[in-house]
Amino acid sequence: MKFLDEYRNYSAVRQMAQAIQRVAKRPWTLMEVCGGQTYTIVKTGLQDLLPRGITLVHGPGCPVCVTPLEMIDRAIATALRPEVILCSFGDMLRVPGSTQSLLDAKASGADVRIVYSPLDALQLARANPNREVVFFAVGFETTAPANAMAVWQAEREKIPNFSMLVSHVLVPPAMEAILGSLDCRVQAFLAAGHVCMVMGYEEYVPISRKYRVPIVVTGFEPLDLLEGVLMAVEQLEDGRAEVANQYARAVRRSGNLPAQERIAEVFEVTPRAWRGIGEIPSSGLRLREAYRRFDAETRFAMDIDRVEESRECIAGLVLRGLRKPFECPAFGTRCTPDTPLGAPMVSSEGACAAYFHFGRRKEDGHSIVSTATAGH
Amino acid sequence: MAILSCPLPRPATDRILLAHGGGGRLTNQLIESVFLSAFSNSALESRHDGAVLSASGTRLAMTTDTYVVQPLIFPGGTIGDLAVNGTVNDLAMCGARPLALSAGFVLEEGLAMEILHTVVAAMREAARVANVPIVTGDTKVVDKGKGDGIFLNTTGIGVVVAPKPVGPESVRPGDAVLVSGDLGAHGITILSVRDGLEFEGPVSSDTAPLWAPVQALFEAGIEVHCLRDLTRGGLSSALNEIASVARVRITVEETLIPVSDVVRGACELLGLDPFYVANEGRFVIFVPESDAGHALEILRSQSVSAGAAQAGTVHEDRSGIVTVRSRIRGHRVLDMLSGEQLPRIC
Repeated sequence: MKFLDEYRNYSAVRQMAQAIQRVAKRPWTLMEVCGGQTYTIVKTGLQDLLPRGITLVHGPGCPVCVTPLEMIDRAIATALRPEVILCSFGDMLRVPGSTQSLLDAKASGADVRIVYSPLDALQLARANPNREVVFFAVGFETTAPANAMAVWQAEREKIPNFSMLVSHVLVPPAMEAILGSLDCRVQAFLAAGHVCMVMGYEEYVPISRKYRVPIVVTGFEPLDLLEGVLMAVEQLEDGRAEVANQYARAVRRSGNLPAQERIAEVFEVTPRAWRGIGEIPSSGLRLREAYRRFDAETRFAMDIDRVEESRECIAGLVLRGLRKPFECPAFGTRCTPDTPLGAPMVSSEGACAAYFHFGRRKEDGHSIVSTATAGH
Repeated sequence: MAILSCPLPRPATDRILLAHGGGGRLTNQLIESVFLSAFSNSALESRHDGAVLSASGTRLAMTTDTYVVQPLIFPGGTIGDLAVNGTVNDLAMCGARPLALSAGFVLEEGLAMEILHTVVAAMREAARVANVPIVTGDTKVVDKGKGDGIFLNTTGIGVVVAPKPVGPESVRPGDAVLVSGDLGAHGITILSVRDGLEFEGPVSSDTAPLWAPVQALFEAGIEVHCLRDLTRGGLSSALNEIASVARVRITVEETLIPVSDVVRGACELLGLDPFYVANEGRFVIFVPESDAGHALEILRSQSVSAGAAQAGTVHEDRSGIVTVRSRIRGHRVLDMLSGEQLPRIC
């Protein structure tokens, strides 16, 4: 398939891996920020091709994984109201809240629907004027433009029965939070290509300077990821710390300006809690005053209890790259995709689920399980 | 930074979830914990697509399947031909020539007669192609809102022609794993019409009867060890079930498994994996490596399996796992589907 197969070509991939081998003199720890990148790495067995000294740790870039428990409980409580049709992207449905998931709520009668775009939810609102259509807006800068567009359009068309439960998060503040923590072991970042497609990469320059860390904007195919690793390792070996762009076929320095304008018109920056990490200042988006009447949290004001989370799940350590999923005592035993203790075991982009499905399990001990990272 | 934490474990589900019907891990749990423990007997415990029974010296295969597809009419087929082909195929996978089918209809009040006519005509045509009569049936009508237009059950009986037992327990290390054609067309077709998605290029269901290629394999004297149609849960669920019953390891090569560009593109876009997507006219065949070339020739001479390919091999290893060598020659486990496949956020 055009524009995909070229980036999965074995001989090109092997050449890139050999180039990394030549350049890498010392061990380095790199974090790929985005869950989509984690998925590719684990699904294609990319770690098998890296030199032993290069460790990839998996970052917090899975929107499903970092959505706080209270927000999921709020979505479920909203969905259980008889007048509500709750629309969500598919992989949010299985994430456990404190007592149940949206799929469980659906099984007990809530009207929960999978949509592919917030604009589909808006269309549902037009078609069902007697129902309240709520879109569960989860995600990073990548999904923000379409969500902003839906609200903007609802305002323009005066659609009264549409609202949004907003749990948007921003990537650069999370990277700073990781770099700023005392136990940080990340020496370079592969930044999330699609986030940068929207936002550009100017905002990474001060982070790279302040923490002296190379940041390489990277794509999602095996060849992209290996080239991102190569570009980061070259900088590390040279003692440089710069922002570079591997994903030039999709990302421009300034990003997508009309998309940024739409986001800025509808949303404003706010502090936001990250599941497993905690509250990070200026790390989320909420609706601006002028659009606040589309805020489902205000429209369906409900008290949601703060629930104590289990101490067993180490999602926070996994999301910050401090532990591999199989280093969790519950991994693959008490915590599986069918009985997840934490969100990273749910979404296909969650590091724990990726490790579980694609066989990086400590109890396997089979030769097919890569030893490139398992030894670390 | 706040306390690192995650939610409390949730109790085992106390209601039926859609994923219990998805063909993956939850379906298996349901079968094991509810049905097998209630109905336990040797025919059932073989966990094959159908049961093989003996009646005064004749070996008969019996199978049943219930169809609940929406929309009722889709590109490439209807619920009617799907129900005939599905049951014919379950018999074929037991190495059995279909003898007769039954049809049970649950119709919803208000269903357009025209739709019923279309579905029944498609059944008649599918039965004609598969050369099997529909010999008995039943009809029930439920209140509007209590059904989904048409629910359809078909049960089939066939005569086993396979000279040796065909099933996971006959799979041996060294066997070749053949796939009868490109994967995922049925699942992607249903998804695209149900959700109004459009992809580059047309996609239509692969629903088809599979007895003809199976019969051709037996007539050529191929030593068939196991057959399995790749319906719910796709290739991955079929291979995992077989590997775990046979207590072997199955390895497949991603580049050798046929998937059309339209299906690959749709799966890329939606974050789905074609190895888990449903098919209605595809199956896997386990034969000794020495028979693989001949078997492929025979399969490719039949229109329904013209795209057949060898996708992998069976290894001595009692782990019962399935592994894939990826396009870039990395390795991973091909796990059984957990829950339903859900499109991802971005």
